[in-house]
Amino acid sequence: MSALQANARDTGQVMLKVVYALIPAVLAHYWLFGWGIVLNVALAAIFALGFEALSLLARGRDPRHTLIDNSALLSGVLLAIALPPMSQWWLLLVGTFFTIVVAKQLYGGLGFNPFNPAMVGYVVLLISFPVDMTHWLPPIALRGESLSLIDALSYVFGGQLPNGMQLDALTMATPLDVIRTQIGLHHTVGEAMSSSPVFGLFGGKQWEIFNGLILLGGLWMVWAKVIRWHIPVAVLGTLMLVALSFHLYDADRFAGPLFHLFSGGAIFGAFFIATDPVSAATSDRGRLIFGFGVGLLEYIIRVFGGYPDGIAFSVLLMNMAAPTIDYYTKPRTFGHGAKE
Amino acid sequence: MSRTLHTFHGGLHLPDQKALSNGAAIRQGPLPAQLIVPLQQHIGAPAQVAVQVGDKVLKGQLIGEAGGMVSAPVHAPSSGTVSAIGPHAVPHPSGLDALCITIVTDGDESWCELHPLENPWEADPVELRAKVREAGIVGLGGAGFPSHVKLNPGARTAVDTLLLNGAECEPYITCDDRLMRERADEILLGARLMRRAINAGECVIAIEDNKPEAIAALHEAKRAAGRLCDIEIVTVPTRYPTGGEKQLIRVVTGKEVRSGGLPIEIGVVCHNVATAAAVYRAIVHGEPLISRVVTVTGEVGTPGNIQALIGTPVGELLAACGGAKSSASRLLMGGPMMGLPLTRTDLPLVKTGNCLLELPAEAHHTPKPCIRCGECMAACPANLLPQQLYWYARAKDFDKAQDYNLFDCIECGCCNAVCPSEIPLVSYYRFAKTAIWGQERERKKADKARERHEFREFRKEREKQERAEALAKKKAALDTDALKKKLAEEKAAAEGGTAEGATPAVDPKQAAIQAALERAKAKKAAAQPKNTDHLTADQQRQIDEAEERRAAAKALADDSQTPEGSA
Repeated sequence: MSALQANARDTGQVMLKVVYALIPAVLAHYWLFGWGIVLNVALAAIFALGFEALSLLARGRDPRHTLIDNSALLSGVLLAIALPPMSQWWLLLVGTFFTIVVAKQLYGGLGFNPFNPAMVGYVVLLISFPVDMTHWLPPIALRGESLSLIDALSYVFGGQLPNGMQLDALTMATPLDVIRTQIGLHHTVGEAMSSSPVFGLFGGKQWEIFNGLILLGGLWMVWAKVIRWHIPVAVLGTLMLVALSFHLYDADRFAGPLFHLFSGGAIFGAFFIATDPVSAATSDRGRLIFGFGVGLLEYIIRVFGGYPDGIAFSVLLMNMAAPTIDYYTKPRTFGHGAKE
Repeated sequence: MSRTLHTFHGGLHLPDQKALSNGAAIRQGPLPAQLIVPLQQHIGAPAQVAVQVGDKVLKGQLIGEAGGMVSAPVHAPSSGTVSAIGPHAVPHPSGLDALCITIVTDGDESWCELHPLENPWEADPVELRAKVREAGIVGLGGAGFPSHVKLNPGARTAVDTLLLNGAECEPYITCDDRLMRERADEILLGARLMRRAINAGECVIAIEDNKPEAIAALHEAKRAAGRLCDIEIVTVPTRYPTGGEKQLIRVVTGKEVRSGGLPIEIGVVCHNVATAAAVYRAIVHGEPLISRVVTVTGEVGTPGNIQALIGTPVGELLAACGGAKSSASRLLMGGPMMGLPLTRTDLPLVKTGNCLLELPAEAHHTPKPCIRCGECMAACPANLLPQQLYWYARAKDFDKAQDYNLFDCIECGCCNAVCPSEIPLVSYYRFAKTAIWGQERERKKADKARERHEFREFRKEREKQERAEALAKKKAALDTDALKKKLAEEKAAAEGGTAEGATPAVDPKQAAIQAALERAKAKKAAAQPKNTDHLTADQQRQIDEAEERRAAAKALADDSQTPEGSA
């Protein structure tokens, strides 16, 4: 090992910084949507760390050494933010089990997982429990009242809502859902957006603020060199460019680039999911291609596919392509001709 | 005159730690009681022992002759008596012992007779190279390639650039810095001689900008030398590893040395500034390379720069600088990035030993898993993908590692330094390289064995053919003999029995066949059928009767056949 550590970066700290970058958005989400996200994050973090420790013990490793790399914590938090807020405990338990035990530890732990663990957990839940995965809480402003912490806890752990309250009354379709349904009913994008209260200025109401803070967190990570710019820029650039092309082609059927940017998990996916270095392509050029693929697939799945948002599937699909991308995007090594 | 400088990918700005020792002037090192001189201190064939135990040697006397074209001789660093010739621990990554000549010094420091070149400025390049070779000069920057080989332009008659490397990019090391400050004139003279030897179009000395005093000293010396000294002094930005040969060539000339190639291919020859000074001493003063400047620094009492005799045990050099502090925990020969860890202090200083560095204990971290963050990739001066190389080296997938250009790794240690998981990446690359070299050797061995086998098969086949040909020839010869004889007989008969008295000619072949037939018959007769041994009298009688009947029947048959046969 070298005597001189040029920087004091440490893998555990890198992971922790990613978690820090999410704090403003999570707090905003709490203000705008209520306790749901806080419970999600807290439970998923506890489950993730628990599963990580158990898997490590089962694998004969010392959990004390490995838990401090904070990777399990991060995966849990990412999954928690991707799931509908105020998910019930068993949903989070199943999700973190697949995230930590199946997608990560069964492959050999941190650094050996070919797929993004949080997205594996997410997709398992999306396919297995599609109904529970659509229980998105609308902003407090639209709901008029907020569940107290006690009420929220009793729902998460016991499935019990306060007297006289129905789950359907609590949840609401997300903006991407509405657009999708309305377009399916041959309404124009404009009609869809004016028909539902979930829309804000150019994305989902209040989601714009949340996504804006996610974006700020992401930009901070780039500035702090926690991540590099290539993947987020490629993902969002491609998504917006494709969205713009379709929007220009037919503005009634295809929502504009800003709507796509600020709805659903586009920004979150671009900065926090697709940038997982373990499962992404590794060279700078490779990362641009990887991000391009994620952005393109995301748009295709959102607009033409069977799911309202496509970040999980597009990231997993590009994870599969990452080794091939890596092989064909090796940089020109010093002393090797411009073309080999 | 300003020169456009170029850059290379990656590299690091490291805390240079040079202030510890760059203020200390070079001072004479100790004269140890024993000098241990390894016969291999360079790349290439080891030197051959040229003295015997008990021999008295003088300072500068040849004690090991160059063992080949790419080799360098070694000389006695001081006068004394050869006390041992045998294996001794040496600074080498393998940690194995190597053949060394041990000299017990007599303290007289009496020189042998030196033979400087009479008129070095008019000498032939061949003479200059011979002198450099005789002096045992090798690259003093670290690699230790025999300098006379690099001073040979080979098929070329001239090179474009002679580049002198004064970058000294590794942290802590200050020996070249001090040498440039204190002996700038020697370096410039050496540079001019080297330039003569390779007929270089231009000569450039490159120094990192963290050594302003050295740069000023060289400028001063150049001014003093006047117009004769047409050498360009170039200040390059401080960035590790600018002092790497390929990196420096890139920075100064913009040219890139081909992977696996030599700088000479692009018309550049690169030498260390200390080598230039040694070349000057060898040619003008006739002094062989028996000492060098070494920086002793880090956790030692008084860090400094010492003109030390080759073969001095490193422990004595440390002692000369106040000894290792109690905080010292790791001793390196070389810098912190590429230095060689030394586990004992009785190892001798070798020609390539530019620094002795005592480092404090580090908090020990267990390496964490690689998360492919790509920091190493950004730092790699060879523009490799260290994270991929690590992956394949770890998986022992050496083919893939070579696909990712493992052998272009210069082991500078930048990736180690930036890895957030603190993985000792370079160790993995060294492991993979060593394993590949091992496989290569095995393959060569197997190839040789196969070649040998194939040649044996070929030889057997050839011998068989040759035998067949020889036989055919013999047969043909016999036939012609017989023919000749027959002709001769006929001729004799025709001439009316002039050769009547001669014994009738017997064909020797026919005779041989006849003899062989008779032998076979005799053998057959001798061999009795086994079931007819040890018979009772009664059985024997029955057999006899049967034989008689058979004989009678045969006689009858013969009789009946005779008329037909005679007809």
